[in-house]
Amino acid sequence: MSTDVNGAEQTGGLYGIMAEFDDPEALLYAAFRASSEGYRDMDAYTPMPVEGLSEALGFRSNWVQRLVFVGGICGASGGFLLCWWMTVIAYPHNVAGRPLNSWPAYIPITFESMVLIACLTAVVGMLALNGLPQPYHPVFNVEEFTRASRDKFFLCIEASDAKFDSETTRHFLQELNPREVVDVAL
Amino acid sequence: MPEDPESPTTVTLDPGPDRVIGVGHDYGTVTDKIGGVVFRPFQNTPRQLFIGFAVAFALVNLLLVAVTWLFVRGVGVWGIMIPVAWGFAIVNFVWWIGIGHAGTLISAILLLLKQDWRTSINRFSEAMTLFAVACAGMFPILHLGRPWLAYWLLPYPNTMWMWPQPRSPLIWDVFAVSTYATVSFLFWFTGLIPDFATMRDKAGNKAAQRIFGLLAMGWRGSAKHWARYQKAYLLLAGLSTPLVVSVHSVVSFDFAVAILPGWHTTIFPPYFVAGAIYSGFAMVLTLAIPVRRWYHLEDLITMRHIECMAKVMLGTGLIVAYGYGMEAFMAWYSGNDYERYAFINRAWEGGYWWTYWLLILCNILIPQALWSRRVRLTVPLVFVISLVVNVGMWLERFVIVVTSLTRDFVPSSWGMYYPTVWDWSTYFGTIGVFLALMFLFIRGVPAISIFEMREVVHHTVSHPEHDLSTEPTHEH
Repeated sequence: MSTDVNGAEQTGGLYGIMAEFDDPEALLYAAFRASSEGYRDMDAYTPMPVEGLSEALGFRSNWVQRLVFVGGICGASGGFLLCWWMTVIAYPHNVAGRPLNSWPAYIPITFESMVLIACLTAVVGMLALNGLPQPYHPVFNVEEFTRASRDKFFLCIEASDAKFDSETTRHFLQELNPREVVDVAL
Repeated sequence: MPEDPESPTTVTLDPGPDRVIGVGHDYGTVTDKIGGVVFRPFQNTPRQLFIGFAVAFALVNLLLVAVTWLFVRGVGVWGIMIPVAWGFAIVNFVWWIGIGHAGTLISAILLLLKQDWRTSINRFSEAMTLFAVACAGMFPILHLGRPWLAYWLLPYPNTMWMWPQPRSPLIWDVFAVSTYATVSFLFWFTGLIPDFATMRDKAGNKAAQRIFGLLAMGWRGSAKHWARYQKAYLLLAGLSTPLVVSVHSVVSFDFAVAILPGWHTTIFPPYFVAGAIYSGFAMVLTLAIPVRRWYHLEDLITMRHIECMAKVMLGTGLIVAYGYGMEAFMAWYSGNDYERYAFINRAWEGGYWWTYWLLILCNILIPQALWSRRVRLTVPLVFVISLVVNVGMWLERFVIVVTSLTRDFVPSSWGMYYPTVWDWSTYFGTIGVFLALMFLFIRGVPAISIFEMREVVHHTVSHPEHDLSTEPTHEH
């Protein structure tokens, strides 16, 4: 639980350097500056979604909607096939001489299965892509970080970045007029 | 922290019907205010909550007694017989499932429509949906006669080589209601994840920190996580919107697909959906009005929320009125004797004529008072009207289910239905379950979405020109 350079070195390693901002606009500006400076391995932490922030960090991902689309297709075809198989193959039952494959009657179940599987995929897929549940993460070592779920906005440039250098990166972050710049222990 | 209800700092002023949030709130204060409801010491819980929970819990016990007796003696303890084989169980099922629909409407459809007054009522409307669906789901199962065989409704490989019949609306119902329950839970829980993280970071003791930490699953508010989160949330909203329409349509198919006069009507799906939203908004108001008062949340659930909900209630109530009008019109215009008789029976001939007129009074006449802005801005009146609509919508389902069944095609098979004390006990018992769960939810989980309130704060700070309070009021 160390938040200064010496402490981080004592516990063996630095995850990154984190700057704290008061409002989302300052963080957005900092994220733009950091990406134009050439930093790539970084992340921002905010108490609510901030429009344009992930783009400012150079992050793009279309996987959630792709997964949901596939989930929806699987759910719909699964639901339809289930109905078809039950009425035509497994339990053929003549109801008033109507065809066994009475597909219009399968539509409600097809639709509900589509929604069910798509929604499950959306939530499970989102969590999996985000790597959650994740019990430990180095950013939680920063004392002040509890306010990332309250009213403060953080930018963390990670030590894994090719351009990362503890002195220049720290200097760069300090120029962005943050409330505070701290080291994040690994 | 101003969490003591008696302290003068918490005497918050309602900002009036033009603002969705009180003046002077920032990210920190909304967090503390909403989180404070949960972290308030046990002995400082508002007295009304204890009393309310005690009453609700007594009703839960009544339900347990009623259900035990039902299991011992069978469905004969209820008033159901031939021809009225559905009775209270199905009336209550439709009533509860309808109430749930407003929660999904508020959380999904209003999200897609970008309505600012959605936030701060969406969380507990979603909880309301969840608990209402739980109550609804009990009834068809209890009504099965042999409820321990309820799993026969699901398609699963079995030694009997029997499969459910997917041409029947009753099986559509199984899929619709179970999907609806699952998706409502997902929506509610997904919305709660960032707030669980807030609660974890605010928690004063280890136990609370552990529990909320477990539920937050390590959420840290990363911008990349938020990007995927928002996409998933939007997709959930987009999928829930047609879902909510489909669920009550499927419920209405239970009736409309049957050939019974009074049920066999094409207007049922839209009219059921409108009725569902109508009763759901009434229930949201019934719950929101006392809660905002007990916890002094008038600056977060403002008059704007109440007025908007009252307007939606009025609008959906008019659609329902159109449905009633169409039923009467088609009874005459179709020229069908049975259809015509079903209406005559409903309105004056049958033994339940008074329930029909009581329903017209509750669902159509009294809510017309909401045309007046003064009524919409008078909280006690809105509260009373919301209760009246709850009663009215229950009566509507009673009229549809029971009155239609008592007199079908052949006079020799007519019969009157009288609910027994066990019918009433089961019904009031589920109201107890619903309220008890609501009270526990309000006490244990942030009942207002904290992160979305921060977005509202951000919006009012960065776009003061959009602040409605600076615009002149249009109507008087």
